[in-house]
Amino acid sequence: MFESLSDRLSGIFDKLTRRGALSEADVSEAMREVRRALLEADVALDVVKSFTDRVKARAVGAEVVKSITPGQMVVKIVHDELIATLGSEAKPIDLQAAAPVPILMVGLQGSGKTTTTAKIARRLKERERRKVLMASLDTRRPAAMEQLKVLGEQNGIDTLPIVMSQSAVEIARRAMTAARLGGYDVVILDTAGRVTVDEGLMDEAAEVKRVTEPHEVLLVADALTGQDAVNTARAFDGRLGITGIVLTRVDGDGRGGAALSMRAVTGKPIKLMGVGEKADALEDFHPSRVADRILGMGDIVALVEKAAAGIDAEKAAKMAARMGKGEFDLDDLAEQLKQMQKLGGMGGIMGLMPGMGKMKGQMAAAGLDDRFLKRQIAVIQSMTKKERAKPALLDAKRRRRIAAGSGTDVADVNKVLKLHRQMADMMKAMGKKKGGMMGALGSMFGGGGGMPDLSRMDPAALEKMAKDMGMGGGAGGMPPGLPPGLPPGLGGLPGLPGMPRMPGLPGAGKGPKKK
Amino acid sequence: MADPKKPGFFRSLFGGGKPDPTPAEDTPDAPAEARPAETAPAGPAPAGPVAGEPLEVPERVVDARRAAEAPPTRLPLPIYGDAPEPPPPEPVPPVIAPPAPPPVAALPAAPASQPAPVPAAEAGPKRSWLQRLKEGLGRSSNAIGGGIKAIFTKRKLDDETLEELENVLIQADLGVKTALAITERLAEGRYGKDVGGEEVKAILADEVEKVLRPVAEPFRLKPEHRPHVVLVVGVNGSGKTTTLGKLAAKFTAEGKSVLLAAGDTFRAAAVDQLKVWGARSGVPVLTRPTGSDAAGLAFDAVTEARAKALDVVMIDTAGRLQNKAELMNELEKVVRVIRKVDPSAPHDVLLVLDATTGQNALGQVEVFQRSAGVSGLVMTKLDGTARGGILVAIAEKYGLPVHFIGVGEGIDDLEPFKARDFARAIAGLES
Repeated sequence: MFESLSDRLSGIFDKLTRRGALSEADVSEAMREVRRALLEADVALDVVKSFTDRVKARAVGAEVVKSITPGQMVVKIVHDELIATLGSEAKPIDLQAAAPVPILMVGLQGSGKTTTTAKIARRLKERERRKVLMASLDTRRPAAMEQLKVLGEQNGIDTLPIVMSQSAVEIARRAMTAARLGGYDVVILDTAGRVTVDEGLMDEAAEVKRVTEPHEVLLVADALTGQDAVNTARAFDGRLGITGIVLTRVDGDGRGGAALSMRAVTGKPIKLMGVGEKADALEDFHPSRVADRILGMGDIVALVEKAAAGIDAEKAAKMAARMGKGEFDLDDLAEQLKQMQKLGGMGGIMGLMPGMGKMKGQMAAAGLDDRFLKRQIAVIQSMTKKERAKPALLDAKRRRRIAAGSGTDVADVNKVLKLHRQMADMMKAMGKKKGGMMGALGSMFGGGGGMPDLSRMDPAALEKMAKDMGMGGGAGGMPPGLPPGLPPGLGGLPGLPGMPRMPGLPGAGKGPKKK
Repeated sequence: MADPKKPGFFRSLFGGGKPDPTPAEDTPDAPAEARPAETAPAGPAPAGPVAGEPLEVPERVVDARRAAEAPPTRLPLPIYGDAPEPPPPEPVPPVIAPPAPPPVAALPAAPASQPAPVPAAEAGPKRSWLQRLKEGLGRSSNAIGGGIKAIFTKRKLDDETLEELENVLIQADLGVKTALAITERLAEGRYGKDVGGEEVKAILADEVEKVLRPVAEPFRLKPEHRPHVVLVVGVNGSGKTTTLGKLAAKFTAEGKSVLLAAGDTFRAAAVDQLKVWGARSGVPVLTRPTGSDAAGLAFDAVTEARAKALDVVMIDTAGRLQNKAELMNELEKVVRVIRKVDPSAPHDVLLVLDATTGQNALGQVEVFQRSAGVSGLVMTKLDGTARGGILVAIAEKYGLPVHFIGVGEGIDDLEPFKARDFARAIAGLES
């Protein structure tokens, strides 16, 4: 949807052939693009202004390291500054207080307070072995209390029994009493969503805070929030004195500029982020991930995780076992192609990779979209079981039949077979030297297996393979080695860091870290 | 829809509410009669009869239909689309007043804490939400308006000024591209001339309105569809269920027979939430236990509504982020399955957008349109500080009709979308 910052900057700096320090003129022009990128990422305007000023101060006169372009240099400076602003060290929830430690959850309607409350409770219970009580003070939204109760039941966390017709403050008091009597370590108070202009409700929250003296007041905020994030954060912080922010829906494809805005205007740390609908989808805040996203750099970590989530662990384990033996039949190939589809197809994967924005367009122009995945799967599905297990059976007559059956032509069938042959060869080769690679992949996929690793493939072979897959047409403008290698090597995505020449990748040390 | 009566209407909208006594008196008993039993125990827990398994639905549909028929006669809520003049203010508050107290988690609790329902008692309710709308829209417009004043108290319209103006629009979430486009149009023929702050406000409002006018389309139920199938979609927490509850009340008040389908079978207690809304307006709610197949529920709902020849069936869905391919596939399936019952359905697919959302809303529109064939938009949470300017960008890019705006949590806090009001309020023009 948006051009990434590195694409834009490369446009500016392409004109620049000379090396050396960045001049003020270069930087000023670049800052206009940085500003736009940040705004498109929903960073609040005044935050953008002060941010670009800081970056400019750092960038002017900065030596451009030999091996990178000035554009990359600027991106790196921006990236570093983003991380510095977002807060580089993790600030966990602080429970250093006399039990029961009250935690107050506040936020706008629909920001995800109740879900987050349950996630935090579960996390404290499982990771820190705390005895947690949850109480819903949401007397407004229908069934809000019910929702928390159900979440408590699902996750084995106690909730304060619902007493109808109590006010939020009364419930809060009751929760504290119950927690003291019940010997709980932590009480999490989930409040009703409120708009900050609603004086009555803000008063209520302030009163709850006064009564319970929470050790943490967490503002739950949607990562998709736009410019309003500053107003929200300022209002809640000004009124209630928040101690931290929990960013939700970080698993969406928003750029997450709200994180920067809120951090910048409140100075309060972002403590956690919600990354999914499940109760365990809560993670420590990773400033670098959010920084990459704000810059539109794609998010390799997200890609890897998406791959890990999308791939059926059991199937993967099976496949890994087979591949360990160097076996790879057409069914396996079909399976891989389907996995790719699951990950959102070519477009989805490309969108997550840095610098791939442009390429997406080129690929579409070359007619290289997800249909070709579908077509290849169709070809395989039109084969008999026997044929799939033993492709050698496929003579000309059978191929014609398959082409007719799948609505393709024989050339397509041949391409699939060739692709399979190449991959099977590679598997065989890898099967021999498994050990290291399989181990590494196994851990990436949570104990499951993996598929061939891009970084170990010979670029020439990859390119050739790509041509065979019918990607030849569009490959001209693509950086060597990378996208052509994608389809067959998809399972090997975890190997990405080893990929040659990632355009615009800031810094080097950004391997696929798993949490 | 252009508004013929400029100052008068606008003033009436923003200038504080007229009590509208008649309905206020009627309504209290209407809902009470309709479902006396339910209201009492209500609370977050679903009202007795309305709760329950899907199996009982048939009968319930009948009852509720009867119930639903009752109130309409006495409170003829104007259809927003058809009768634009006395828009939501008048009729709505009365409806909410009675049901609100009991079901809303019956909180004798903090009266102060419930701005909407509580004041409903007297003539206040409508006033209060209008007030809030004004506040909500006013916040953004104040910010913008203030900015403009600072820039334009008599200055040449030069590059610097335009850039500042563009910034001001960006702060309302219009997005860089749209803000640029609008400032460019604004500069056309005026560049280099002296302009006053007020004048710029009016021009700005005009430019914004030009973009929004084509999309301000009232929502219309088509009588030829029986039932008219409405599917409500959106990302998590955008306000789908609440919007559905408000719509149910609106249609019921118009005398339509309504069935709600609690299609959010994922989130804990989402079904209960919709049941409470159903109880508030005496509308039956078709449910399945959490975790059931949403498509199957949708199928049953449409089949059911068809068998009973209901006017409207509205299907809730679980919130989903648009980048979750498997969830979007699930939504496609819901649509497909609905078409098995009625190939022309769903007749309306409403995408609910949160006004606080930034540029991501564009992506939401794009993907939901592709997967579910979104036919119209509802923007919620305009009662806060959020400006909802992204709507301008969406209008420019997708041209999808905008039917309603949500301005609060009360049952009547749903307004038809009016381009002129929205644009003028954004520009900081209050009359």
